[in-house]
Amino acid sequence: MTGTAVDLIWLAPALALLGFVLNGAVAFLRPTGGAKTLVSIIGVGVLLGAFAVSVAVFSAFAGLHPEAPVVFRYWSWIPVGTLQVDFAFQVDQLATVMLLVVTGVGSLIHLFSVGYMREDPGYARYFAYLNLFVFFMLVLVLGANFPVMFVGWEGVGLCSYLLIGFWFSEHVNADAGRKAFIMNRIGDFGFMVAMFMIFWSTGSLDFVTVFSHAPTALVAGGTTVTAITLFLFLGCTGKSAQIPLYTWLPDAMAGPTPVSALIHAATMVTAGVYLVARCNLLFALAPISGAVVAGVGALTALFAATIALKQWDIKRVLAYSTISQLGYMFVAVGTGAITAGIFHLATHAFFKALLFLGSGSVIFALHRAYHATHAHEDAQDMRNMGGLRRYMPWTTALMWIATLAIAGIPPFSGFFSKDEILTAAFARGSAQPVWLVFWALGLVAALLTAFYMTRLMLYTFHGPNRTGEKEQTHLHEAPWIMTGPLLVLGLLSAAGGLLNVPELYHGNAWLHHWLEPVEQPSAALRPDAHLSQGTEWMLVGIAVAVAVTGMVGAWRLLKPEGLVPAGRAPAERGLERMLRNKWYVDEIYDALIVRPLVWLSREVLWKKIDQRIVDGGAVNGAARGARALGWANRWFQTGQVSVYVAAFVVGVLLILWRAMS
Amino acid sequence: MLLGPSLAISAVLFTLGVAGVLFRRNAIVIFMCVELMLNAVNLTFVALAQGLGVAGQVFVFFVMAVAAAEAAVGLAIILAVYRHKQSVSLQNMNLLKDG
Repeated sequence: MTGTAVDLIWLAPALALLGFVLNGAVAFLRPTGGAKTLVSIIGVGVLLGAFAVSVAVFSAFAGLHPEAPVVFRYWSWIPVGTLQVDFAFQVDQLATVMLLVVTGVGSLIHLFSVGYMREDPGYARYFAYLNLFVFFMLVLVLGANFPVMFVGWEGVGLCSYLLIGFWFSEHVNADAGRKAFIMNRIGDFGFMVAMFMIFWSTGSLDFVTVFSHAPTALVAGGTTVTAITLFLFLGCTGKSAQIPLYTWLPDAMAGPTPVSALIHAATMVTAGVYLVARCNLLFALAPISGAVVAGVGALTALFAATIALKQWDIKRVLAYSTISQLGYMFVAVGTGAITAGIFHLATHAFFKALLFLGSGSVIFALHRAYHATHAHEDAQDMRNMGGLRRYMPWTTALMWIATLAIAGIPPFSGFFSKDEILTAAFARGSAQPVWLVFWALGLVAALLTAFYMTRLMLYTFHGPNRTGEKEQTHLHEAPWIMTGPLLVLGLLSAAGGLLNVPELYHGNAWLHHWLEPVEQPSAALRPDAHLSQGTEWMLVGIAVAVAVTGMVGAWRLLKPEGLVPAGRAPAERGLERMLRNKWYVDEIYDALIVRPLVWLSREVLWKKIDQRIVDGGAVNGAARGARALGWANRWFQTGQVSVYVAAFVVGVLLILWRAMS
Repeated sequence: MLLGPSLAISAVLFTLGVAGVLFRRNAIVIFMCVELMLNAVNLTFVALAQGLGVAGQVFVFFVMAVAAAEAAVGLAIILAVYRHKQSVSLQNMNLLKDG
């Protein structure tokens, strides 16, 4: 207890949980009429309340200037011998930043949802799930030990599954939800093994205790800490959609678009980055794991960016873009630049939420247009868009801000965060050259990012309109309840860089100083990497040049005039087709893992073990044995009463004889 | 007091009853043999009651009451069977086998 507003921290998740309970009750009871207003007020209200609590906690915490985290123990959860797990929350610099991002961006997306989901029959259910998600996300962020964090980790996975399959009446959506869940289970296995190993080697699961014992209990660079961190990272690859477990995220776009913005872009998928940042001390003790994290991140950044180049579904482009940007964050946290990673996490939350919500506005407009003319075209295919800037000026302008931000054009937010990541990787490269490779991969990915984002904007908002003659009259800007949140996010995307203006531009690097207590213990373990000012300016120059090249290149190379609507589009060939089909990764997984597993289940487990041994041997065998016994005994049953009486008399005589002798 | 001869007669009567049940085919005869066995037991009760108290004699009344009830039910069943099959021979009554 600190005697300040920080003590109120429990209120933030409690409010979200209250929202879930109330909205869940409405969804369950299904009252007739008028409930939508109530649901909107509850759903958005609790989030705004949680945001207010977060701001209060943040400002009170900043006033305390604590070096160590403030831990609130609420009750003893798992007391088993030496394993003592409390249900406890921890407030520190890292948690407060995440708290503000989750509740802040979350509030805006809830507000947007009010407009986007208005016509949906599952309105109350939607807000119930969304509130539940925020609750679990806050538990994840605030958990003071690994098990509490794991509860949140699993909970957000559950909500993700529920919301991906929100329109479950269509089979493909339900399948996408299941895919996300199963892929995440593989990652969760890693998280759990890591937890067991942490307890086994340090004797505790509380963050504070683990991190204070770790430098003495674990040998730096040893097998144990390397295994722990690699297993933790396996968990991250599942939750944060990195190679090799990223394939669920593009399919997750089956859910409503605000869900994609909140869960699959701004918050949940960044949980892995948060986990690595939280455990940065462990990763600092295991240099190999750090390199693996950064390497996988860099590869993912590039790989996903190549796929994004040839996707036609506007949300899929953004999904691959998210995977790619998450890759950048892992490069940062793998390198040890925790601030850069969290900074990019925050700015990415702003501009990617904006991009997703903007695409939501576009889909909303197209959907309404096609609905009005009773056409059955794909409302998400960019080949059916084009020239939308004439109909949706606000969305266009705001999406351009987000595009400039993600491409890394100064002075938009993404420029600062991405530049900081690349600079950190380059600086680490002076000590360990492999990081120069990561830096180069990141640079190429930046070029592709600028290219595919410009392509998306060009095909969606510029050039001639391909929606259809009749539909054009029905294309309108979304209502203000949807455009309003976009405006706020646009402001944040443009100015988010102010959070951490580096000293190079005579900024105060606020976020860097804020996160110093979190980063401090691990910084000493990493090789000192400092770049001269000249080198830094050169890196900035290269990054900006790359971004501008990408955007101008896309503008010059791509001709939206040549596109035809999706229904009449010709098939791609060669490399284009390969990218269009996502490098056939899904097919490879299908052939290597899914189909052998299905074969094993069907041919061995089902047809051999279940049908032959269980059904044939145990179940039918017992029945056959009983029948054989009956067959043998039926010869005694003549149906003649006198025979039965004779048997009875013989029996009585035998008993009498036994009794007498 | 004639205990030995009484028990001997009772044993003979009981054996006759059992033999009748075992070897006769007519349902009414079998039924009479069952009554014979009951009365053989009654005789045993009465004979032993001389030395062991009146409980045996009381029991005889119960057995006779039950036997009377049994006779009513049993004869009714036999009558019903006869109406159904035009026979009271047990050889024709083997529905328990094979259906």
